[in-house]
Amino acid sequence: MLLNEPHPLEVRVLTRRYVYPQAEPIGLDQYVAEEGYDGLRKALAMEPDAIIDEVKKSSLRGRGGAGFPTGMKWSFVDRKSLKPKYIVVNADEGEPGTCKDRVIMENEPHRLIEGCLIAGRAIGSNRGWIYIRGEYRQYIECMDRAIEAAYARGYLGDNVLGSGWAFHLSTHSGAGSYECGEETALLESLEGKRGNPRLKPPFPAVSGAFQCPTVVNNVETYAAVPDIILKGGEWYAGLGTPRNGGTRLVCLSGHLNRPGVYEVPLGMNLLTMVNEIGGGVWKGRKLKAIIPGGSSSPVLRAEECDIPADYDSFAKAGTMLGSGATVVLDETTDMVKVLSRLMKFYAHESCGWCIPCREGTAWLKTIMARLDAGVGTTNDIDMVDQLAQGMLGRTFCPLGDAAAMPATAIVRKFRDEFEAKIASSQVFLPAPNTQPLVVL
Amino acid sequence: MTFSPELEAKFEKMIANYPPGRQKGALIPMLLFAQDEIGSVTPELVQEVASRLKVKPVEVEEVLGFYTMFTREPRGKHHIQICTNISCMLTGGEELFAHASKKLGIGHRQKTADGQFSLEEVECLGACSWAPALLVNYDFHFNLTPEKLDRLIDSLRKMQ
Repeated sequence: MLLNEPHPLEVRVLTRRYVYPQAEPIGLDQYVAEEGYDGLRKALAMEPDAIIDEVKKSSLRGRGGAGFPTGMKWSFVDRKSLKPKYIVVNADEGEPGTCKDRVIMENEPHRLIEGCLIAGRAIGSNRGWIYIRGEYRQYIECMDRAIEAAYARGYLGDNVLGSGWAFHLSTHSGAGSYECGEETALLESLEGKRGNPRLKPPFPAVSGAFQCPTVVNNVETYAAVPDIILKGGEWYAGLGTPRNGGTRLVCLSGHLNRPGVYEVPLGMNLLTMVNEIGGGVWKGRKLKAIIPGGSSSPVLRAEECDIPADYDSFAKAGTMLGSGATVVLDETTDMVKVLSRLMKFYAHESCGWCIPCREGTAWLKTIMARLDAGVGTTNDIDMVDQLAQGMLGRTFCPLGDAAAMPATAIVRKFRDEFEAKIASSQVFLPAPNTQPLVVL
Repeated sequence: MTFSPELEAKFEKMIANYPPGRQKGALIPMLLFAQDEIGSVTPELVQEVASRLKVKPVEVEEVLGFYTMFTREPRGKHHIQICTNISCMLTGGEELFAHASKKLGIGHRQKTADGQFSLEEVECLGACSWAPALLVNYDFHFNLTPEKLDRLIDSLRKMQ
């Protein structure tokens, strides 16, 4: 089981039932014995609006990357609509640096099921799907077993705990596509199509899965809900900072002594997280930079990292909290190589639907590959930035932005490394022609 | 075309998970599970899945080209997928891939002559905190070194 030794600075809410080391997932019996499904029981006695209000009060924000307020998202669903309403779980964990949803599904699958049930109750839904990336076959099987157990004991089915309300849940396997982590591409994939994003609006809350009102949230977002209902939104909000409620899982990776997935309150200092919980930079080296929210988030230089890790503070620092992925880069890291690898990734994963992204990611990959190989020119450095600027905000989904943001940030913050690589290259290149080709 | 009784039972349950008339939703999982059983997506499988889900064969072909886990050619018995994305790259994923490539004598998306191994360089596997990581078919292996990889390949070889 993927568990790290707990650290004293962690605040364990979502992971409070985990014991270390843990050999088996927390089963239904143990879950129920330790307050499990009590949140659902409470929610079944509440009005749907009261459930949504509680989630709003908790200031829970989406844990998948965008950080949208969850209660507000749920309130956009028109419960009076004659169409069926659907719950979709985004477990297509693919943002480089992110490895937290698997920890929840592997260790405590019933928490996710309970979260889906409460969300379903809040929006008047009778059906949900958990969209899990294809590579996570073992977690698909783990969730299937838990779902089966929940059906057998009446937590799922035509009459949830005798309330007369029906809720059905099943897993749905992806088959290898980063793009399907974007909510509308995920919905296309759920319908059996290529994972191309949809034009928004309409947002999924109006027209989602099978053109019906749908709530799409990340695994961790749903997993936070049972405790919010059980202990109250205000309690949950109090764990974090204003407008950034609760705790979240952070995935520490890269050049660290103690990488792992840990639960911290929103607003914990980023450097404390890395140096204390993560055990500091490995091999006694110094910190160069942190990619703070998954590979799509703009990089922070070491001197910019002394900030609280919450949505608003990160936005102020020009980056984003994203999916909680924290990739630590030590002083020996070649930033040109880092960007080149990331651009290779985005070019591979662009679905080809929007031209700025399809062409932009391919060109960024090509240019970065030659800069990394030492055969680039200073013009190439500018071109990376210009290309990225040309992609920002010009695509249906955020994949174009996701490629452009780290490109711009790394080129601007580490330009000296790009220039040094060109200067140290042994490859002979003719001097670039600075004369304009056409004089107007 | 028929599948094993377990898979047939799984498919029956799977199709019922989607709204009436929208059974196409089962397309991607169904294709993947079928591919796992028969080894690759054959033209017969395309026809079979299309007729079971009441879609046109071209709708099946459409998704085949999009999702990276589908393959029309059978892979090795042990399909080794090594991640070289950011967290794995920082901790030696690229060296691991080069090592595996040298040891097996095959490159990206190639298969050994005896059909035992195939190798693929893949994007993020969601195992970043336990990097570098790889998948053998659907089994994760974490915190790898070239030595650990050698031992893994040797033990897989003995399984034949």
